[in-house]
Amino acid sequence: MELLSDAFVYLAAAVIAVPIANRLGLGSVLGYLIAGVVIGPVLGIVGSETTDVQHFAEFGVVMMLFLVGLELQPAMLWKMRQQLIGLGGLQVVGTTAVFAGAGLAFGLSWQSAVALGMILALSSTAIVLQTLNEKGWLKTQGGQSSFSVLLTQDIAVIPMLAVLPLLAVGHGAGHGDGHGADAHGGGHGGEALAALPGWVQALIILAVIAAIIVAGRHLLRPVFRFIAEAHLREIFTATALLLVIGIALLMDFVGLSPALGTFLAGVVLSDSDYRHELEADIEPFKGLLLGLFFLTVGAGIDFNLLFGNPVVIIGLALALIGVKFALLFGLGTIFKLQGADRWLFALGLAQAGEFAFVLFGFAASSNVLDQGLLQTMTLVVAISMLLTPALFILYEKVIAPRAVARSDREPDVIDSKGRIVVAGMGRFGQIVSRMLMTSGYDVVILDHDPQTIENLGRVGVRTFYGDVTRPDLLHGAGLKDADLFVAAIDDRDKQTMVVEHVARTYPNVKILARARDRHHVYELETAGAHYAEREVFEGAMTLGRRALVELGSHPFRARTKARDFRNHDRAMLDDLRENYNDGGVDKSYIDAMRAHAETFYEIMRVDRGEEKHERTERGWNPPPKGDATL
Amino acid sequence: MNFPLFETAKSVEGVTAVDLYAEYPDFDIDIDGEQARLVSHDIIIFQHPFYWYSAPAIMKEWQDLVLEHGFAYGLHGHALNGKTFLNVISTGAKPNAYSKDGMNHSDIRSLLAPFEKTADLCGMRFLAPFVMFGAGRALEDNRLDVHRNAYDDLLKAMVADRFDLKKAAQAAVLTDVLDDFILKGEAV
Repeated sequence: MELLSDAFVYLAAAVIAVPIANRLGLGSVLGYLIAGVVIGPVLGIVGSETTDVQHFAEFGVVMMLFLVGLELQPAMLWKMRQQLIGLGGLQVVGTTAVFAGAGLAFGLSWQSAVALGMILALSSTAIVLQTLNEKGWLKTQGGQSSFSVLLTQDIAVIPMLAVLPLLAVGHGAGHGDGHGADAHGGGHGGEALAALPGWVQALIILAVIAAIIVAGRHLLRPVFRFIAEAHLREIFTATALLLVIGIALLMDFVGLSPALGTFLAGVVLSDSDYRHELEADIEPFKGLLLGLFFLTVGAGIDFNLLFGNPVVIIGLALALIGVKFALLFGLGTIFKLQGADRWLFALGLAQAGEFAFVLFGFAASSNVLDQGLLQTMTLVVAISMLLTPALFILYEKVIAPRAVARSDREPDVIDSKGRIVVAGMGRFGQIVSRMLMTSGYDVVILDHDPQTIENLGRVGVRTFYGDVTRPDLLHGAGLKDADLFVAAIDDRDKQTMVVEHVARTYPNVKILARARDRHHVYELETAGAHYAEREVFEGAMTLGRRALVELGSHPFRARTKARDFRNHDRAMLDDLRENYNDGGVDKSYIDAMRAHAETFYEIMRVDRGEEKHERTERGWNPPPKGDATL
Repeated sequence: MNFPLFETAKSVEGVTAVDLYAEYPDFDIDIDGEQARLVSHDIIIFQHPFYWYSAPAIMKEWQDLVLEHGFAYGLHGHALNGKTFLNVISTGAKPNAYSKDGMNHSDIRSLLAPFEKTADLCGMRFLAPFVMFGAGRALEDNRLDVHRNAYDDLLKAMVADRFDLKKAAQAAVLTDVLDDFILKGEAV
């Protein structure tokens, strides 16, 4: 029962603290930290066992890097290369150098100084991206530059994980704390290979990496397809977990960082059709484990240190922010960021990030940094993150208004045509998507049938696998930032369900829906669709028009008839809406429908009689013969 | 050229600016709606490029359908009597093309005869047209803004009832001589 009661404490702390922190604009990372502080140092509910929990929770980092890899499509990276290498690279290298220099000046060994510099160069992706997104600043110049730098930092974590063990002071590294679950066993895995000569080890390591890349490209696709065809959601999730854990174990076995391995696997799979589904599957596990990790960091914070030396600790945090801000501001100037954008960029990224906690833990296990320094720096990093919302408020309330007042700003050029998500790539969705794509729009297409995905892939159309009734999948497809959602799912009830969910969760997204029949139109409208079109209506109209021509109608006459038919049908649809929504297909609905059918006959039969120029026809009519005024 | 001019028209209070192609992309004109719109306005302006000495197809369709017997003309068709009709058009050719000796051998008002006759039959007063000549080079010659401002003046004067309709009905063209028709003092 101890496991359950522990889980209860951690979960309860998270459930209470995180939403509150989010509401206060502090972000979820700080929420977890605060929750950890409360159950640890403040209330003392949890104690020394947090170290064990932390080792388990570190697996969240492995998952996070898998997800980071999944997000990094090679093509996108290539497009951003200048920003990433120039701006991002300079930020990481420059900040590392400055902090390393400061470390040396304070008398650290060069190894510790470099390690500290690298760790502090990173900013908080979690807090900054979330804030930029919430405030709608991501599309600004400052936001885009911030994003590039954060992305560079995420990637830079990989070489850092590789370099840190090499910086180990003396040979204390790899002291056998042989936890299987220790996430980044860089320095201390590989016992299995230790007996082999160096060149064999190197060969095996290269072979394993090559195997991951080759298998990721060629083997995983059919495997995922096979699993997906079983239509068992939990087995797909199990497969995703199995993949991540398997790679982690494999890497640990050959003595490499599991995080590096899963990152690699993520990048290899980032091009695959199953990307969004994998993301959706791993994301909750990653979120919980990482949350748990931050909880344990919070629980481990030594408050005596802070209260003993408040001036030093807070001074260090402010110095950290000051230095990072100055460097970023300088970079912003070099890279020609203007006015408010430069401020947003420099203020936003001035804190240290959650990766610091991860790397601190790693540095501790490799003996790169000593415990006292780690304790202090953990506090400093946490405080710098705690101050971040204040910096954003400074930007929003003080700097942004001034910048706008000063420069007579041109209206923003709309550089992206807006995003469209299409759910369902059957006979209906295909036509809609093709029309949108050939018109030059970016369309994210989701479907749940592996066969369809494969067939479309053959003709060069990218479709993502996934069950669109899953909220997390829709989220992963970028619905939050989409302008338009096209619901084209074949299954009637699923379709209504998805429309309802999207309308409720993303009120700013326009929803266009495929309807099965006229009653379904009403249901979809009630569910929140902005427009619903009956799936077979226009096709049948065209065929009916063709039939009139075959029967001898003049083609233009047939077109006019089809138009009148459509107009009247639409009018009927509008008229009966309330009636249907009130009581479904009841007697009054049927009566109303009958009345409409009568008018239908009148309208459509006009030219069967000899009276060619009835007013109902409303084409160009010659004036009647008897008008003496003409 | 007609898009910025349309924007100008939209910005003037008291003017209902209708983009027919946007409202009826399938040429499926709402006859009753358009007739109601006509009844509730005093001045009807056709703003269009002078395609093939006429108007774009949807405006012809509009005339064919909306100006019905019994509504716009005929024994009992008096709905438009006493209203005013104006063409605001743009041409590719320069002003001198529209003269006896020019390329078209005719002045612009004569070429608008079908519109003038239509207005006559509906009992509307036909005004001399307000024309942007040589529209293809208007931007380069910095004439667009000048013309937009003039259009703005014209519309505002009409809304304020300070436009000499009688005089404008006698003129050949309103372009460049707009001030002759705008009354400075009281409303007519």
